[in-house]
Amino acid sequence: MIEKETFWIVTCLLGVGTFLIRFSFLGILGGRALPGWVLSHLRYVAVAVLPALITPLVLWPPATGGKTDTARLIAALAAFLIGLKNSIVGAVAAGMGTLYLMQFLLG
Amino acid sequence: MTTPMKKAFRRGFRDCSPFVAIVIPYALLFGVVARDAGLAVYEVMSMSILVIAGASQFTALALMQEHAPVFIVLLAALAVNMRMAMYSAALVPHLGKAPMRLRVLMAYLMVDQSFAVSVKTYEEEPRMPLEEKIAYYFGCVLAVCPLWYLCTFTGAMIGQAIPAHLSLDFAIPVCFIALVAPMMRSLPHVVAAFVSVLGAILFSWMPYNLWLIVAGCLAMAAGAQMEFYLERRAKRA
Repeated sequence: MIEKETFWIVTCLLGVGTFLIRFSFLGILGGRALPGWVLSHLRYVAVAVLPALITPLVLWPPATGGKTDTARLIAALAAFLIGLKNSIVGAVAAGMGTLYLMQFLLG
Repeated sequence: MTTPMKKAFRRGFRDCSPFVAIVIPYALLFGVVARDAGLAVYEVMSMSILVIAGASQFTALALMQEHAPVFIVLLAALAVNMRMAMYSAALVPHLGKAPMRLRVLMAYLMVDQSFAVSVKTYEEEPRMPLEEKIAYYFGCVLAVCPLWYLCTFTGAMIGQAIPAHLSLDFAIPVCFIALVAPMMRSLPHVVAAFVSVLGAILFSWMPYNLWLIVAGCLAMAAGAQMEFYLERRAKRA
């Protein structure tokens, strides 16, 4: 369960923070250019944070009490392979579909 | 609105509408997963309306479920949204002269799909007048954002009807994988993702979910360094 207080603090600050990120150049900084090396780092923020976030959820899923689960590993791989072909919906369907199939086959 | 503006608005809406195929299931899933995590419908909606940034909402949700400290939750979720600073900068040459109140609204409604579509069109047609660029932008946004609210709500309403044996816990990682896989479009991106996964495993012993921050910073630097290296090599060749 998520505590109410934590939820509201996170939601409000995340809302404000996200707005400020979106507003930054368009609203405040105007045409000022970012140094090239900053842009080069910003480009990789999402691809640097998201895989790390997924890793433990795939390797040690909370639903199995942290025990590595073959069905989930294979499902994750299926989602990734389909996702490489650029279809987000297909990847989600492949991932969840494979999970159900593996859970059925492995019992 | 003048006729060319109306036309630009409708064109933006049309150009962006293929993306509903991504937004609808993604928003539904957020609604379902958030309810599954124990949030009330009004809480789910508050988050979608205040933040409107799917990936960061999923990030915050996953970390709050793990009882990570607020500071870490915010840091990680905001990091995921940092890409939008780039979007904001890229829109300045096209929309920077729009009235302030419109820029506030544009900023609030800035999402991946509408950004990608509008900047592509602006770059192809640099002579488009400012009013039409503005109308086009809001056309793009209108194709995507209302659906984000509506489908989050729908997902939140049907969420509890979905039985536990459907293993919805795994929908979050699967959604993230679906989001990350198409990002593997260049070597630096692949290197960053690889370092990110490796870092998450090697530093998993760290308390307060600090492993996420450490792995993220290392991966970001790795991606940028790989980019610099490829640039230097291209220059030498």
